Amino acid sequence: MLKNEWRHFKRNRDLFVMSLPAIVYKLFLNYLPMIGLIIAFKQYRYDLGVFGSEWVGLKNFEFFFSSDTAFIVTRNTILYNLAFIVLTMVIALTFAILLNEISRKWIKVHQTVLFLPYFLSWVVVGYVVLAFLDHKNGFLNVILGMFGEEAIKWYEQAKYWPVIIIITQLWKSVGFSTLIYYAGLLSIDSSYYEAAKIDGANRWDMIRKITIPLLTPLIVILFIVDIGKIFRADFGLFYFIPNDSSFLYSTTDVIDTYVYRSLRVVGDIGMSTAIGLYQSVVGFIMVLLANWIVKKINSDNALW
Amino acid sequence: MPASQVAIHKKAVKSSFESKESQWSSRIINLFFCALSILFIIPLLLVISISFTDEKTLLQSGYHLIPEKFSLEAYSLIFKSPGVLLNAYGITILVTVIGTVVGLFLTSLTAYTISRKDYRYRRIMTLYVFFTTLFSGGLVPFYIMITQYLHLKDTIWALIVPYLLNPFYILVMKGFMDKTPMEVIESGKIDGASEWRIFFIIVLPLTLPALVTIGLFISFQYWNDWWLGLLFIDNQHLIPLQLMLYRVMSTIEYLSNNISSVNVSVDMTQFPSLSARMAMAVLAAGPMMIVFPMLQRFFVSGLTVGSVKG
Repeated sequence: MLKNEWRHFKRNRDLFVMSLPAIVYKLFLNYLPMIGLIIAFKQYRYDLGVFGSEWVGLKNFEFFFSSDTAFIVTRNTILYNLAFIVLTMVIALTFAILLNEISRKWIKVHQTVLFLPYFLSWVVVGYVVLAFLDHKNGFLNVILGMFGEEAIKWYEQAKYWPVIIIITQLWKSVGFSTLIYYAGLLSIDSSYYEAAKIDGANRWDMIRKITIPLLTPLIVILFIVDIGKIFRADFGLFYFIPNDSSFLYSTTDVIDTYVYRSLRVVGDIGMSTAIGLYQSVVGFIMVLLANWIVKKINSDNALW
Repeated sequence: MPASQVAIHKKAVKSSFESKESQWSSRIINLFFCALSILFIIPLLLVISISFTDEKTLLQSGYHLIPEKFSLEAYSLIFKSPGVLLNAYGITILVTVIGTVVGLFLTSLTAYTISRKDYRYRRIMTLYVFFTTLFSGGLVPFYIMITQYLHLKDTIWALIVPYLLNPFYILVMKGFMDKTPMEVIESGKIDGASEWRIFFIIVLPLTLPALVTIGLFISFQYWNDWWLGLLFIDNQHLIPLQLMLYRVMSTIEYLSNNISSVNVSVDMTQFPSLSARMAMAVLAAGPMMIVFPMLQRFFVSGLTVGSVKG
């Protein structure tokens, strides 16, 4: 048996050597850190290290889950992600279908413009948002001033932020998603539309009966991927856009920003790891669940 | 069907639709997108406009879409001592170049092995690579690994290593490589070429379009990254562009808050902070805002393959 396997190995030796860099890389950057998750059950001390530190059972989890913050950051993370998933899908799909109706040379122009914000980093987008929302000089307050309204301290009023965050996210990413759907649209065989045309179908019929069904696999794949990430927030969006303003935490703090602050500002290693573990486990379950549901409905669309 | 044929086909279908009614709807849709495009551009115009406005005017009447009083003061201030900006550019260019070259090599190498149907460890290797997208140790163990065990904190490698091998890019690359006919590889083998030779001489040239696309994705990721800098860099000389921008923003915020609170009589109008920070943003983001959109079609071609079930 073993000898047999050795013979196989020798035949695959060169290819194995080729995959070696990836094996080592993933080992150090992904798999060994998973062992580090035991810190979640420890009182971590730098001098004692991962293995030397003292076990404390579930204390780190208790500390996090007994605070109000656990609920707030989890709620914010999920609600924002759900809003992003639904809005991006609906808007990008609509844009893609509408784009398909206009002449080629204009498509290119619109695509490029909608895609433009995607190339900005969140730091730069932070500047853009500041240009609008700055208390003293911001563009929005200038406009409010023109109408004789009082200037608003945007960076201190949590209630406005769900809208601000969602608009910012859509502005930055909707062009990219539109492009994905549009590329999917282009790959649909035009003979379907010709046949439908002969049968007297109008445009709306074609969109409903041909375009949407044929795009469904793509929509589903993107959906599963997004659901799998529903416990992971885009750190840059929630850190740079509200400028880490503590007035806004009730509506802008998400799991990722909370973990970052616990690690870099507070220095609570044990609890940050515990939250990370919670995030990973729930995220993992979400992907499996999403894929399982899709499989139940239509096994062709499942990711695996 | 070859691409040109598809295009002709599409055109024919399109023209058959061109009734009066559809021309009108097409025009209305176009108008809608024009309006949308303007809405999308306004935020960028605002930032550019602020950077070219006189500081005193900004303080008096706030930000406007068109400079009320044009001034190059902000830019001349930055160019008077461009050291910080240039250094940040240097770091970012270095990180992007090394990261893209090494990352591209590792990505294509790994993608190649799992695209080879006759590779015995193909399935387990695929699982090994993609499992990491489903489950991860999270931020803290990763942070401890980089800082305590690999000792990369405050080195340029901390900005490079973590992004070298992205499973998503491997998947896209594998999608391209799957199209390489097995016969080509077999014939190489018969000629006595080693696996490495086959990879470099036969496979890589065939996947050139994919290399361009993925290379672009990787360099884009490195160029726009602030995350690794935020986590691992304290050394002033190693600060990449995006992190520098963030620091400029918080420093100016800090300065202006403190100056007003301690009531030191510093004339803020003499120090063009409002326009200067926007000018900094323009200088940092501007060049890539021109380059990346030009390469747009490569982004798209990568995406269409990436979304194919693998």
